[in-house]
Amino acid sequence: MAESIPHEVDPAHGDHHHEDQGFVSKYLLSTDHKIIAMQYMFTGMLMAVIGGFMSYVFRMQLAFPGESVPLWGIVTPANYNALITNHGTIMIFWVAMPVLIAAFGNYLIPLMVGADDMVFPKLNRLSYQIFLISALVLLSSYLVEGGGFGGAWTSYPPLSAKSQYNLTPAGASLWLLAVALEFVAFLLGGINFITTAMNSRAPGMKLYDIPMVIWMIVIASILFMVSVGPLIAGAIMLFFDQTIGTAFFDPNRGGDPILWQHLFWFFGHPEVYVVLLPAVGITAEIITVFARKKLFAYKTVLHTAVGTGVLSFTVWAHHQFIAGIDPRMAHIFTLTTLLISIPIAEMMFVYIATLYGGSIRLATPMLWALAFIGEFLIGGVTGIFLGASGADVYFHDTYFVLAHFHYTFYPIAIIGTFAGVSYWFPKMFGRMMNETLGKIHFWGSIISFNFIFIPLFVLGTAGQHRRIFDFQNFPALATPELQQLRILATMSLVVMLGFQFVWVYNFINSMFRGPKAGKNPWKANTLEWSADSPPPHGNWPELPTVYRPPYEYSHPDREEDYWPQHLPN
Amino acid sequence: MISNGLFGMLVFVLTEAMLFAGFISAFTIVKASAPIWPPPDQPRLPIEATAFNTVMLMISGALILVAHRAFRRGDREAMRRPLWAALGFGTFFILFQGFEWLQLIAEGLTMTSSTLGGFFYVIVGIHALHAIGALILLGYACIRLERGFLSPSLFGAAEVLWLFVVGVWPFVYGVVYL
Repeated sequence: MAESIPHEVDPAHGDHHHEDQGFVSKYLLSTDHKIIAMQYMFTGMLMAVIGGFMSYVFRMQLAFPGESVPLWGIVTPANYNALITNHGTIMIFWVAMPVLIAAFGNYLIPLMVGADDMVFPKLNRLSYQIFLISALVLLSSYLVEGGGFGGAWTSYPPLSAKSQYNLTPAGASLWLLAVALEFVAFLLGGINFITTAMNSRAPGMKLYDIPMVIWMIVIASILFMVSVGPLIAGAIMLFFDQTIGTAFFDPNRGGDPILWQHLFWFFGHPEVYVVLLPAVGITAEIITVFARKKLFAYKTVLHTAVGTGVLSFTVWAHHQFIAGIDPRMAHIFTLTTLLISIPIAEMMFVYIATLYGGSIRLATPMLWALAFIGEFLIGGVTGIFLGASGADVYFHDTYFVLAHFHYTFYPIAIIGTFAGVSYWFPKMFGRMMNETLGKIHFWGSIISFNFIFIPLFVLGTAGQHRRIFDFQNFPALATPELQQLRILATMSLVVMLGFQFVWVYNFINSMFRGPKAGKNPWKANTLEWSADSPPPHGNWPELPTVYRPPYEYSHPDREEDYWPQHLPN
Repeated sequence: MISNGLFGMLVFVLTEAMLFAGFISAFTIVKASAPIWPPPDQPRLPIEATAFNTVMLMISGALILVAHRAFRRGDREAMRRPLWAALGFGTFFILFQGFEWLQLIAEGLTMTSSTLGGFFYVIVGIHALHAIGALILLGYACIRLERGFLSPSLFGAAEVLWLFVVGVWPFVYGVVYL
C-alpha cells in the first residue's frame, strides 16, 4: 500500500496556485494547516474575551451584590446562572480546546514532523467550519427566549432535562447542540492529528525523534477520541429528554439521573488531561531551548504521559463522592485518583532536572513556562484533598474546588497559551514580540491571578458554596470579613483583565512593526525553525530530512550549543 | 505502513466503538436497576426475526472479507461479485430493520412509551445511521471498482467501517433484544 504514502492529497489541494487568491479563499476557505490554526487561535481568543467578560460580570455581582455592573447593568439570578454556565463551557470547550489542541496541533504538527500539510486538508477545513458554527450556536442561545442555558457547565439532569427547573428551554437544547457540534469538529481534527503525526513524518524521523509537544498533542487527541463517545451518547439521550420527552434520566419513569454523571465525567476527567498534556508539551519545548539543555529523560516523560492517559480513565467517579455512590466504590476511586498524581509529579521533577545546571535565559516564553510548572503544582497539590473521599465530603462543591480547578486550568489554558504564543510568534508572523511589554504583561497577570484564587481557597474552607447568586441569605457567609475576600478576588480579576490590553497591544503592534525574526531566533533544534518565518504554503521548498533527536543542546562534540534536527552534521 | 484513509478510519472506529460502549453500558445499568424487566405493558421485541436478519448481516460481513482477499491478490474481477453482494445483503438488513420499526411503532413501542422504547430506538437507530453511512461508502467503493480506480485507502476505509457495523451488531442484539 506504499503508493498512497506520504501525501494522499486530492488534486485540488496538491497544486500550488495559491498566490493569486482573494481574501476569502485565502483566509476563510483555505485548507492550509497554518491558516486553519490561525482561524482556531483567533476564534479561541475571541471566545476567551467573551468568557473573561462573563467572569467579570458575575464576580462583580458577588463582590457588590445587587449593584449595577458597568458595561452590563443589574445582574438577575437568571443572568447569573447563564453567565457562570457559559463561562465554564466557553473557557473549556471554546478556549482551551481550540487554542491548545486545535490551533497548536494544526500549526505545529506538520511543521515539526516535516510535512507540507495535514493528511486530510479538506477534513481539516470542515473541522474549523463546524467549530465556528458550534460557537455561533452557543452564542445565539443568549438571544432566544429564556436566554442562555443556566444549568451549570456539567449540565446535570433533572435540572438540565426539564425546562420547568432550568427555565431556559431553548437555551438548554442550543447549549447541548453546540457542545455536540464542537465534538464533531474535534473528532475530525483528532483523526487528522494522529494520522499526520504517524504517517507523514520526514524521512529519518523515528518515533523517539518526535518533539515532545507533538507526542503530547497526539496522546491528548487519542484520549479525547476514546473518552468522547460515552458523552456523545449521553448528550443524545439528554437532547431527547429535553425535546421529545424520553425518560432516560427521569427517575419517575424508570430512568437514572446519576447515569448522566457517569457518562459526563467518564469524558470530563480525561478531558483535563486532554488540555493538560499539550501545555506540558509546550513547556518541554520552551525549557529545553531557554535552558540550553537536553530534555531530561525524554522516554520517561513520554511513557509517563501514556500512563497518565490510561490512568485518567479510571478516576471519574471522584466527582461523585456525594452523589450516593457505594462507599466501597469511592475507596477505589480515591486510590486511583491519588495514584494519578504520581506520574504528574514525575513530569514536574523531570522538568526541574532539565532546568538544573542549564544556562537559563529568562525571556518571556521561559517565564511563562516556569510559571506553568509552579502554578500547576498548586493546582495539583490541592487536588489531593479533593481526591480523598473523606476530605471531599466536606470540600465538595465549595469554592475550594473552584479555586483548585482554576489553579489547574489557568496554568493550562492561559499560561500554556501565552507560553506557546510568545515562543512561536516569530514563526507565525515572522517578527519578534516586545520583551519589555511581554514581561510587564507576565508579572501583571501572574500576580493578580494568585490574588484572585488564593482568597477563594480561603472562602472555600470557610464553607462558601459554588453557584450561589447572593450570599446575603446565608448569615454565616455574609460576614464583612468574607465579603472583603470576595472584593479582593474581584478587584484582582479586574486588574488581571486590564493587563491583557498590554498583551493585545503588544501582539498587534509586533505583528506589523516588530523587528524581523529570521528563521531561527531562539536557536532551537526542531524542524519548524528550519522553515521561513512565516512558512509559505507547503512549508519548505524541499521537505527536510531528520538526522537526530530534537533536544541536542550543548552537545560536547559541537561548537555551537544547538544542533538542529535537519542538519546532516 | 497503513494508508492514510485506513488509519484515519481506524481512529474514527475507535471513537464510535466507545460511543456504543457508552449506550450499551447505560442501557445495562437502567435494565439492571429496573424492578421488572422488560416493562410488562410494552410489546415484545421480535427476537427470531431479528436473529434471521443478524445472519444476513453476518453474511455481508463475510462477503467483504472474501472481497478483501481478492483485493489483496490484485484480482479486481474476482472481488466484484462479493463486494456488490455485501452491499446487497447490507441494504437488505437496513430495510428489514426499518420494516421491524414500523411494526413496533404500530404495536405501541415508541421513544417516549418507556425506557425500553427510548433505548431501543436510540441504540438501534444510531447503529442504522452508521450502517447507512458505511453502505454509502461501500457503494462508492463499488462504483470506483467498476471504473477501475479503487484505491487501497478507500477500500480499506470502507471495509473497516462496514466490519465495525457488522461486528458491533451482535453486542447490540445481545443486550437490546435478548
